[in-house]
Amino acid sequence: MSDVSRREMVKRIAGLGTWLALSRPASALAQPDAVLAGRPLVRYPEKTDLILLTSRPPQLETPMKYFARAFTPNEAFFVRYHVFPIPLAVDLATWRLRITGRVERPLELTLDDLRTKFPRVAVTAVNQCSGNSRGRFTPRVLGGQWGDGAMGNAEWAGARLRDILTAAGVRQGAVQATFDGLDKPSFPSVPDFVKSLDVTRIMDDPDVLVAYEMNGKPLPMLNGYPARLVVPGWYATYWVKHLSDIEVIDHVFEKFWMKPAYRIPDNACGCVAPGTAPARTVPINRMTVRSFIGSPEGGSRVPTGRPVTMKGIAFDGGHGIQEVQVSVDGGTTWQAANLGADLGRYSFREWTFSWTPARPGRARVVVRAFNAIGESQGRQPLWNPAGYLRNVIEHVDLVVG
Amino acid sequence: MPRAFAPGLVAFALAVSAAAAADRTIVLPPDDRYATLAPGPGIEVTRQQCSSCHSTDYIVMQPRGDARQWDGVVTKMIKVYGAPVNDQDAKTIVEYLAKQYGN
Repeated sequence: MSDVSRREMVKRIAGLGTWLALSRPASALAQPDAVLAGRPLVRYPEKTDLILLTSRPPQLETPMKYFARAFTPNEAFFVRYHVFPIPLAVDLATWRLRITGRVERPLELTLDDLRTKFPRVAVTAVNQCSGNSRGRFTPRVLGGQWGDGAMGNAEWAGARLRDILTAAGVRQGAVQATFDGLDKPSFPSVPDFVKSLDVTRIMDDPDVLVAYEMNGKPLPMLNGYPARLVVPGWYATYWVKHLSDIEVIDHVFEKFWMKPAYRIPDNACGCVAPGTAPARTVPINRMTVRSFIGSPEGGSRVPTGRPVTMKGIAFDGGHGIQEVQVSVDGGTTWQAANLGADLGRYSFREWTFSWTPARPGRARVVVRAFNAIGESQGRQPLWNPAGYLRNVIEHVDLVVG
Repeated sequence: MPRAFAPGLVAFALAVSAAAAADRTIVLPPDDRYATLAPGPGIEVTRQQCSSCHSTDYIVMQPRGDARQWDGVVTKMIKVYGAPVNDQDAKTIVEYLAKQYGN
């Protein structure tokens, strides 16, 4: 291993902060991100430098600089697992996708079967952890203390789930399908990670895929090789990795990872008064509207009197982004950003905004988005006990001059 | 039934046995030193019991909290996730966490 890559392996975010402080007057710097403070940058197999959340099982977060562009590279895509051990090796000679339960013809499909027996369908869609930004909740909540990097956008390609279920022949009385992957817990007492979707939802939605390609390449091992479920518009908890077993069942599946885990308050905002518990919950589902600034990064210095191009992305749960607005006065007045190419209603939508800072000093740039049905983001964060659905208006603090 | 468990060893054995036939194999780095627990009474029991299922960065990243918070976490690990931790060790772990990761 070269000295350079070894140095990369041990590079620390805290260390980067020190470097910034040494190269610039500390008094002029914006506050570093408290959620990410002290967390190392690490390099995992098939991955570039990502921010470590946990080692075992591995959970890795994408740095914000990748969110200036619509597509998140496979090597920079976040990683999230629930149980350990995780699959570290897959043999395509023995890997099968099994479809069982209330079907006419149980199937055992090879990866080659998925590629050749079903039309190849591609959809560009955001994959975001339910708990993305959980580390920013106040009052704080237990769980993975993510910053904002547990999200990414890719072109996913594979077979339609409904085509696979049609080939198997869904029988009368089918209510849901369950999805299980190769990751299995170390103790039999630990709940296996299994998720479910309504059969009607699967059969009505041509964009729900069993994907074997991510941005035109095989999936990285840590993102679910050789195939994962893709549920555009819905949180990543449903996008089961290393998919191996689909079972069609005649009831609503309520094992651990559907209930009590991954539930949100059963009301319009999915929120409750901070510090309280909801009376009723439902499984988490469609993503809320979000928008972020990817460049310049928070804490950067920009010159006075010269235009700087702010870049970022916006997305929602599948209605599509209609407008992105930027404020350079802390949210008092807003101006429309320029939208990038429309890559579909489930994709990151790139935006740019040219801004000429007039005065030296600290500056806060704020962004918000609106989707096609008028949903947007709030000035005050909403709260729920699991730390899900975050969609408060975001900002970066810059140093001008 | 013996419940003693060495997850690293099992993962390694799985990786080696699967690697012989696998078309794709990766090897994970060891737990990062970011996960290092704060020194204090009960650290050995805490490290041994908790890290048999997960790296201890799960602990160090959490919001600080009193004994009630940590008792809730340890109880959840035992009751919900089935962690095989006896009552005495659970008490030691809660005391350690409330002291080292308390308010």
